[in-house]
Amino acid sequence: MGAKLILRKKEYEVPAGITVRKAIQQAGLNPESVLPTRGGELVTEDTMLKDGDVIKLVAVISGG
Amino acid sequence: MRCRKCGEKAVINMRQHKLALCKPHYLEWIPEQTQRFIEKYRMFSPDERVLVAVSGGKDSLALWDVLVRLGYQADGLYLDLGIDGGFGYSSESHSLTETFARERGLTLHVVDVSGEYGEDIPALAQRTRRGKGKPCSVCGLVKRHEMNRIARDLGYDVLATGHNLDDEAATLFGNTMQWNGGYLVRQGPVLPASPGLARKVKPFCRFYERETAAYALLRGIEYIYEECPFATGAKSIYYKELLNQLEKEHPGAKLQFYLGFLRAKKAGLFAERAEEQVELLHACPTCGQPTSAPGQCAFCRMVQPASR
Repeated sequence: MGAKLILRKKEYEVPAGITVRKAIQQAGLNPESVLPTRGGELVTEDTMLKDGDVIKLVAVISGG
Repeated sequence: MRCRKCGEKAVINMRQHKLALCKPHYLEWIPEQTQRFIEKYRMFSPDERVLVAVSGGKDSLALWDVLVRLGYQADGLYLDLGIDGGFGYSSESHSLTETFARERGLTLHVVDVSGEYGEDIPALAQRTRRGKGKPCSVCGLVKRHEMNRIARDLGYDVLATGHNLDDEAATLFGNTMQWNGGYLVRQGPVLPASPGLARKVKPFCRFYERETAAYALLRGIEYIYEECPFATGAKSIYYKELLNQLEKEHPGAKLQFYLGFLRAKKAGLFAERAEEQVELLHACPTCGQPTSAPGQCAFCRMVQPASR
């Protein structure tokens, strides 16, 4: 079943049983540029993903 | 991962500091560190009045929140730039800033650029050579001028902006890539006051961008999440992404880049050129703000036709 990462409107399917940091990297994203949240709460990147987990990523880069 | 201070579940891990913290300790750590930076760089004292430039974004609203929590006399300044981008960018950020101030009983000054000068940023950019292609240069000029004008007109001792370490490192990277000595020598946590110019400070200059975002989220601060529509493809964002690639492999690289620069500057590695030291600034005959050449400053030259 796996887990899901969401960044803005884009979704990324990732396997369960890996850390959030690993999942972010597997999705081709940089963990330094996002903050992971689950159920509206911040989680650290060593959090292990479980089947059905939805991790919403908050983009942190701003400027112009 | 557990909080280093209490052993409870951590909500954030700052790899560059080898420090993980839980929510309550993180919400204490940010103001403590801000206070440390304010003192270390001699930004301002508790008896001085601070004007915080707020954009409705995470950094400036978080900064205002922290300064108020620390007990500083901090009021806000919002500049309505009139940028829409198809989703009401300015009106949304204005509304979020007003709500933030109202809910906390804080004083917010608002300048509507269009109301004040007859044209908003996109219109000014379209009409002038400076804004050809992209309005960011026009926007920067207007913001610098107006923030300084309001700070001085209303008698504030200091103007604070929400620049974070990623902003500073990206600027430093850009200026180094171009060996822009004039800008390098002026970059720092404090730009001292000079005739016609208010003191400018950046109390968040040592926090990573993800740390200010985490603070805003944990404090329940509602900020504008969408990026300025004109920021798409901006060099500063590209530089931030490059630096984050480096940071991913070498935690602390961004911080060391910036702190190393500040140390080098303090040691005298960057010196003002002799001709810059003696360069005389002139007062703009229209607004009174300093300008390098006699006659009107760049801002007044740009807005005058519009406000006539």
